[in-house]
Amino acid sequence: MSGKLTLISSATASGSASVSFTSGLDSTYDEYIFYFVDINPATNNQTFRVAFSTDSGSSYTTNCTTTFFEAGHREDGGWSSLQYLTSEDVAQSYPVKLHREIGSGADESSAGEFHLYSPSSTSRVKHFLSRAQVYSDAQYSYDDFSAGYTNTTSAVNAVQFTMASGNFDGNIHLFGVG
Amino acid sequence: MSDWKLLNTSTASGASSVEFTDLTGYKIFKFVFIDVNPATDNSNFQFDCSVSSSYGTTKTTTFFNAYQTEGDTGAALSYDTGADLAQSTSYQPLAPNVGNGADESCAGELYLFNPASTTYVKHFYARLHSYEKSNIAFDYFPAGYFNTTSALDGIKWNFHNSSVFDGTIKQYGLVAT
Repeated sequence: MSGKLTLISSATASGSASVSFTSGLDSTYDEYIFYFVDINPATNNQTFRVAFSTDSGSSYTTNCTTTFFEAGHREDGGWSSLQYLTSEDVAQSYPVKLHREIGSGADESSAGEFHLYSPSSTSRVKHFLSRAQVYSDAQYSYDDFSAGYTNTTSAVNAVQFTMASGNFDGNIHLFGVG
Repeated sequence: MSDWKLLNTSTASGASSVEFTDLTGYKIFKFVFIDVNPATDNSNFQFDCSVSSSYGTTKTTTFFNAYQTEGDTGAALSYDTGADLAQSTSYQPLAPNVGNGADESCAGELYLFNPASTTYVKHFYARLHSYEKSNIAFDYFPAGYFNTTSALDGIKWNFHNSSVFDGTIKQYGLVAT
C-alpha cells in the first residue's frame, strides 16, 4: 500500500437535495476518502448527513452505530466547549450525522473529510471516520468528529449525502487510497 | 491520477519564519510539519494566512488536546481556552510550549480548504504532536475558519516569542482547480 490517492469522481451540488455516489465503491481499494469543500445549505442551521446502500442506491437504509464529539467556540468568545453530543450520534439507525448546525449565510459553510474502510467486505461491518470544520448559523466554529460502523456484512456499494432539510451547494470528491 | 501533489518544501535552519505565498490552483491544501524545533524553550508554534499579502486575518477557532507525562503522573483530554481565538487577528497556536532540547520537537499536519474562494470563509483543521518542554506528550487539535470572503494568498509559521527554529514544512495540493 502506497497511500497514493486516486480521484474516482467528483460531484458538484448546486441546489441539490442529495448527492449520491453509486459507482466506484468496490473492492478496488481498502480505503476510500470523501473530501467536502464549501458545503452550504439552503436552509439555515442544517446537519449534513451520510447514508449507506447495499443495493446500489435503490435504498439508503443501512443501520449504523456512531459516536460524535465536538470542540466549539463562539465568535464573541463567550462560549467554548469540548463535548460528546448524544443528540448527534445514532444507535442502529440512519442517516449518520457529520457536520452540525451549518449556516445558510452567503459566506457560511463546512468542509472536511470522511474515510470509509473496506466497503466491499462481506464478512465484517464497515468502519468510517469523519472530521469537519463548520461555520455555524449562530457564528460558532465547530470541529466535528464522528465515527462508527455500518452494521451489515453485506457490501456497501453506494453512499448518499443530504442535509437534514433542504438543498445544498458544494463539492464532494471521492478518492481511493492505494 | 490526482494524488496529493508536492508543491513546496521549506527546510528551516535557524529561521524566524517560513512562508508559502501561492495558495492557488487547488481546492485543498495540506501542510506537513516535520521535526520543528525552536531555539528558545517553551515556544508556541503558530500560523496565520494573509489577504492581499497582509497578515492579521480575522479568525475564530477551537483548540483541544490530550496529554500524558513521561512519568505517568498526569493525563487528560481537555479544551484549551488559552489557545483558541474569537474574531482575532492574532496568529493561531498549533503547538504550544514546544521544548528546545536537542531531541524535542513537534510534527503534524494542517488542512486548508479552498483558500482562493471569494464567496465563503476559509476552513482549516490540524493535528500536531509535540514533545513538550516538561517532557509531556501532547496531541493538539486546532481548527477554525478565517472569517473573510477575500482570497487567502499566503501562509506563514513562526513562534510566538520570535524564536528561530529548525524543521521542515511541506505544502501539498489536492483537486486542481
